[in-house]
Amino acid sequence: MCDTCGCNVTPGNAKFAYKPVEPGATTISVLQGLLKKNDDQAEHNRAHFDKRGILAVNLMSSPGSGKTALLEATIKALKGELKVAVIEGDLETENDAERIRAQGVPAHQIVTGTACHLDAHMVHDALHHMDLDGIDILFVENVGNLVCPASFDLGQHANIALLSVTEGDDKPAKYPVMFRGADAVVISKTDLLAVLDDFSPDKAERHVRELANPAPILRLSARKGEGLDAWLAWLRSQLAAQRARVAAGRTQRPAIQPEGALMHGAEA
Amino acid sequence: MHELSVAQALVDQVGDLAGQHGAKSVHLIRVRIGPLAGVVGDLLATAFPLAAAGTPAESARLDWVAAPIVVRCRTCGAKTEAQPNKLVCGACGDWRTEVVSGDELILETVELDIPESAGD
Ligand SMILES: Nc1nc2c(ncn2[C@@H]2O[C@H](COP(=O)(O)OP(=O)(O)O)[C@@H](O)[C@H]2O)c(=O)[nH]1
Ligand SMILES: [Mg+2]
Ligand SMILES: [Zn+2]
Ligand SMILES: [Zn+2]
Ligand SMILES: [Zn+2]
Ligand SMILES: [Zn+2]
Repeated sequence: MCDTCGCNVTPGNAKFAYKPVEPGATTISVLQGLLKKNDDQAEHNRAHFDKRGILAVNLMSSPGSGKTALLEATIKALKGELKVAVIEGDLETENDAERIRAQGVPAHQIVTGTACHLDAHMVHDALHHMDLDGIDILFVENVGNLVCPASFDLGQHANIALLSVTEGDDKPAKYPVMFRGADAVVISKTDLLAVLDDFSPDKAERHVRELANPAPILRLSARKGEGLDAWLAWLRSQLAAQRARVAAGRTQRPAIQPEGALMHGAEA
Repeated sequence: MHELSVAQALVDQVGDLAGQHGAKSVHLIRVRIGPLAGVVGDLLATAFPLAAAGTPAESARLDWVAAPIVVRCRTCGAKTEAQPNKLVCGACGDWRTEVVSGDELILETVELDIPESAGD
């Protein structure tokens, strides 16, 4: 048997399952995602998380939007309540993993060298360096980049896109692939809004809605702690939902791969 | 540029297919890319020869087509074309839509050169 029997045909792509003919050659209809190997690895990673009841959350943003600062504040706030672990992705340096470890939480640094995004294989390798027993939430801090990380499923259950108020409220319109795939959008560094009067959180929210994305928009300052409660409440609700799914033998893919979800019959 | 990673993944996948079917080479690879997939077709086409060098896909032509963006409105039910950063309903203007086409990144077909004796 082969992988080309047509079992990947979904309602969305069925009409392309044609078989043109050219003499001397054999055409086979494939209809698989181009990133099938990554997606298969991501499924495998998700199974690791589901088996342990872990919620996996992928944080994406431009460099410097405050991903690590939000993680530090989150870890502090959840201390004694939930066990957290972190995978850090950066082109170079262990700095972010060291910042996380300083909070008393296990962290593994992936140094990608030239790769401007994490993929599911890198995350799987990182898992082999970590003890996941007893962990409630695993955060993956992706490489700072608003473009490529959005195309690679890592095995996470939810995507967070951060947008700091120093970046401009039109970023969701400029990077639709990233912001369309966010399960929650964090508007970060809101303590700076007082001095940045050209950033309108409402406008940023409108741009996210124009991407047909109903995700909650969480406005917060990791530095001052404003808005952190709503973020923590969102995390707790996601963890509760993950535990309910695991109990029911189901899983959830993040919002980025609707076609893939159809192919794999997972919960949309 | 992640198009090189995508091209490498594509070449891997095509190589597997060629192996499964006992093909000695690959003539043509057809992919379909939606604007919301986050992959630029022209960049993928540029990266492809680099990734394909020394593989069964080395002499293959990569043919890519852009999928249109089509959304279905959850409010009025209309199916309309949309822009990457304005996925709102073209009929009633509501943003509560679902993308029915435009986010795919799909290997549609490969054309293989299979010697007579080899089978599936
Ligand atoms: N004013 C302010 N600065 C922040 C906040 N969060 C992060 N920063 C600063 O933004 C810079 C980048 O933060 P970092 O967490 O390293 O961003 P990352 O690259 O997304 O991980 C650092 O200088 C932080 O101190 C915040 O809530 N308010
Ligand atoms: Mg960081
Ligand atoms: Zn099959
Ligand atoms: Zn494994
Ligand atoms: Zn990249
Ligand atoms: Zn409508």
